[in-house]
Amino acid sequence: MAGDQELKLLGLWGSPFVMRARIALNLKGVGYEFLEEVLGTKSELLLKSNPVYKKIPVLIHNGKPICESMIIVQYIDEVWATAGPSILPSDPYDRAIARFWAVYIDDKLFPSLRKIVLANADDEETAEAADQVIAGLQLLEEAFEKFSKGKDFFGGESVGCIDIALGCYVGWIKAAEKMAGVKLLDKEKLPLLMGWAERFCSADAVKELMPEVDKLVELGKVLRARLNAAATK
Amino acid sequence: MATAAEKEGVVLLDFWVSPFGQRCRIALAEKGVEYEYKEENLSDKSPLLLKMNPIHKKIPVLIHHGKPICESLVIVQYIDEVWSNNPLLPSDPYERAKARFWADFVDKKVSECGTRLWKLKGEAHEEARKDMIEILKLLEGELGDKKYFGGEIFGFVDVALAPFTAWFYTYETCGKFSIEKECPKLTAWAKRCKERETVSKSVHHPHKVYEYVGKLKKKYGVE
Repeated sequence: MAGDQELKLLGLWGSPFVMRARIALNLKGVGYEFLEEVLGTKSELLLKSNPVYKKIPVLIHNGKPICESMIIVQYIDEVWATAGPSILPSDPYDRAIARFWAVYIDDKLFPSLRKIVLANADDEETAEAADQVIAGLQLLEEAFEKFSKGKDFFGGESVGCIDIALGCYVGWIKAAEKMAGVKLLDKEKLPLLMGWAERFCSADAVKELMPEVDKLVELGKVLRARLNAAATK
Repeated sequence: MATAAEKEGVVLLDFWVSPFGQRCRIALAEKGVEYEYKEENLSDKSPLLLKMNPIHKKIPVLIHHGKPICESLVIVQYIDEVWSNNPLLPSDPYERAKARFWADFVDKKVSECGTRLWKLKGEAHEEARKDMIEILKLLEGELGDKKYFGGEIFGFVDVALAPFTAWFYTYETCGKFSIEKECPKLTAWAKRCKERETVSKSVHHPHKVYEYVGKLKKKYGVE
């Protein structure tokens, strides 16, 4: 399955969704060409490869595009099944649980996190979004206790599906804390997740991909400004 | 003596008109799995539902030997993996990724747009109408000349979308457009789906759906 394969990943620095694909590829030890898009523009290749959403990440494997970050992660796990650790668990019930949490993280946690980053210091809206993020992280703290069974990650001994789904947001959670002056990953309230976050950020497959928080804050400000400009047009 | 349903240990918490619940019913029927169907009263949710889906408190929930699985497409994949006869997802990883993509597309787009179509008025309604036609055309493009989205096989994307065929009449009537005119291939596909017993037994008549939406409209003071 490995060997002479043409593998390209269309992405953007700072995108948590792109990070998911890169972590998965790192876990499998697979080489690829990273094609960085320019913020604010969309390349011909992107528009051709993802005509439905025109969004990154897109994995292009031997010319065939795969879109949507968690679908890409599952694809990588299936194609390179014999390389590296399994990203999804092998038991169907455990897989269903992993998928459930991946959906929860994207449907519930991400929109609130995004609000904090993009909101214009509207204290009420930001405070409400922060509460929602904390509530979500609280649920994940409980889930971590259940699924890790005392090991380092949600996936057990190695980085797995939920680790990837949630871990890609760690940088942005820290950036949001700085931007809005709120505490989201509180050591007192979320001790297990704090420990997990540290281990996740230093994992081999992850550490070189973890963006600097200050750089994310700068990017967050740029995105906020662009959103405001678009709103006033 | 245990019934077939009891032996399988499968319970489905559901709501009669829910297209998400119907996905699970269709998948179970495609696999020939006997199960116990429990109808929920969404204005008075059962203790079992609240216990099995404490986070969202929503149907459908599949309970297999006492363990809950939530989120309709997660449930359908679970069913596909546990009962390996009549596979819904193809075996090739790229085809699987494509199937997951389009099922996810149905999830992200169809229901949300449909709700805007019956709930909103004026400009927002016109936007919903345009969006719905675009969504259906994209699906028609993906279907092409195939019998089903899964090719010859009634597959994952077919299961994901089939329940919404009962909502086509509502979308057309609320949106004042003809799905057959805009998407003839999708319309033909919808007919083929209805001819499958697994679908016809799980999905309600379009007029019943329309009646249900009528009640929702009254409830929300629309029109």
